[in-house]
Amino acid sequence: MRNIWTIARREYRQYFISPIAYIIALATLLWVGIYFVVVINYVAAQAYYYAPPAPGVSIVIGQMATIFLLASPALTMRLLADEQRMGTMELLLTTPMHDWELVVGKWLGSFLFALTLIGVSLIYPLVLHTMTTGGIDQGLLLSGYVAIILLSAVFLAIGTAISALFSNQFAAFFATLAILLALWWLISLPTYVLPPGTISDIFNYLTLNGRFNAMLDGVITNADIVYHLSLTALGLFLGTVAVEMRRWR
Amino acid sequence: MIQAIGLTKDYGARRAIENLTFEARQGEVVGFLGPNGAGKTTTMRILTGYMPPTYGTAKVAGFDILEESIEVRRRVGYLPETVPLYPDMTVFEYLKFMADLRHAPNAEDMVDDALALVGMEDRADGYISNLSKGMRQRIGLAQALLHKPEVLILDEPTIGLDPAQVVEVRSIIREIGKERTILLSTHILSEAQQLCDRVLIINKGRIVAEDTPENLQARLVGAERVILRVRGEADDLAPVIAKIKGVRDVDIQPDGTLAFQFAPNVDVRPEVARAAVKAGYDLLELRPVGLSLEEIFLQLTQETAKEK
Repeated sequence: MRNIWTIARREYRQYFISPIAYIIALATLLWVGIYFVVVINYVAAQAYYYAPPAPGVSIVIGQMATIFLLASPALTMRLLADEQRMGTMELLLTTPMHDWELVVGKWLGSFLFALTLIGVSLIYPLVLHTMTTGGIDQGLLLSGYVAIILLSAVFLAIGTAISALFSNQFAAFFATLAILLALWWLISLPTYVLPPGTISDIFNYLTLNGRFNAMLDGVITNADIVYHLSLTALGLFLGTVAVEMRRWR
Repeated sequence: MIQAIGLTKDYGARRAIENLTFEARQGEVVGFLGPNGAGKTTTMRILTGYMPPTYGTAKVAGFDILEESIEVRRRVGYLPETVPLYPDMTVFEYLKFMADLRHAPNAEDMVDDALALVGMEDRADGYISNLSKGMRQRIGLAQALLHKPEVLILDEPTIGLDPAQVVEVRSIIREIGKERTILLSTHILSEAQQLCDRVLIINKGRIVAEDTPENLQARLVGAERVILRVRGEADDLAPVIAKIKGVRDVDIQPDGTLAFQFAPNVDVRPEVARAAVKAGYDLLELRPVGLSLEEIFLQLTQETAKEK
């Protein structure tokens, strides 16, 4: 546990001295901010004609999910790939630390950075809360934030695993992006053409996008939580296998 | 402290080391001497737990490298050939990070001790990216020494340093070698002689000789090699020199000088000098040259072949 924390802490600090992390933070918060203002203005303008429903927390979190799809590969691409490139992998793998501790520590570092961004984004629901009569639905606020936290855990675990396979961070970036896009969206495509039934249900079960939207609407099932946590664990397991494979080459 | 038994490592179809068996006792400084690609780094990577051997095993500090890798790694300090540093950390941050990974109870004191040992206390707050190659090497050494390991494994600790830095690093190694077991690799013969209690010569993945530097030296001085320089072309002189008793392996070097060898018990140099002058040449230089590492291997491998 101690090793995991040592690795995670270094990785977390590392984000604050790297330009990429600042660009990601800027892009996330800027985009969410612009979208927020536009939606609020639009709803306010509509309010001249009829009483539209007040926008909920999903206008913030839905956007963050899209941005995290792109940002996660950028946050994880150098985690293990860079250690390989710089030769410091040899150093880490000869310290008294298990391979899985290294992988989990790296993931945790990136997850903590994502949590920081998510934490900053709480300012929007807060503003929304003061603007709308009666405030926002707190249940939806909670389920929305659970959804984005679970989703970022999955995205970053997959990114960490892919980073362990490459020594070039840009290769890691694009490979991660491809897999995330597939899990997010591509995997749900067969359900449009398949007749309703078991096979269609399996694809439906696997897609992240559908689950995420359901959670945004306030429906969180045990299956959702199990699915996200098992994908995260699978990512971290595959990352560990990839690190171990490096030893055997 | 280190006991390697039949270590073999294959990289795909290529065999990097074959059946290496050797030992380093408590408090001994053992040198791994060999040309690049001989298998020194591979052996060290196996002993430090970075990669497993294909066959064979080893015990380091009393623990099996395969079964108890973590215990081995706890007791070993390792300086890889390319010093692994994070350029965007300060010296102190880096060493503190490594000390934390070593579960040091008083990490900051350990960092201070290690920095003092390599004489870098004044650079603790400097960024690693601003350090010279020699300083980086010393930080790498400090990293290996941090947890006061029982066994130190140093891969080419003086490579790429300027002569003054080489002297510094060697003196640090000698200092620590007084109490710890050190396995270091080098391809410089004189370095092995200066630092090591015992030298293992490794070539093409096999140990070709194992002895103290003194004994090795004695074995190697089976022949002395001399360069002879005269004014003008030495081509016609070669057959004259070759006729002198005791001279062998005369050949003309690309730079126009003559090289030859002779057995050390009969010094033929005065005779050679007289012969050159008598043949009408202006003798400019008659200089002994050490055997190069390649020649040593040639000699040792021939020697072992003869013994068989």
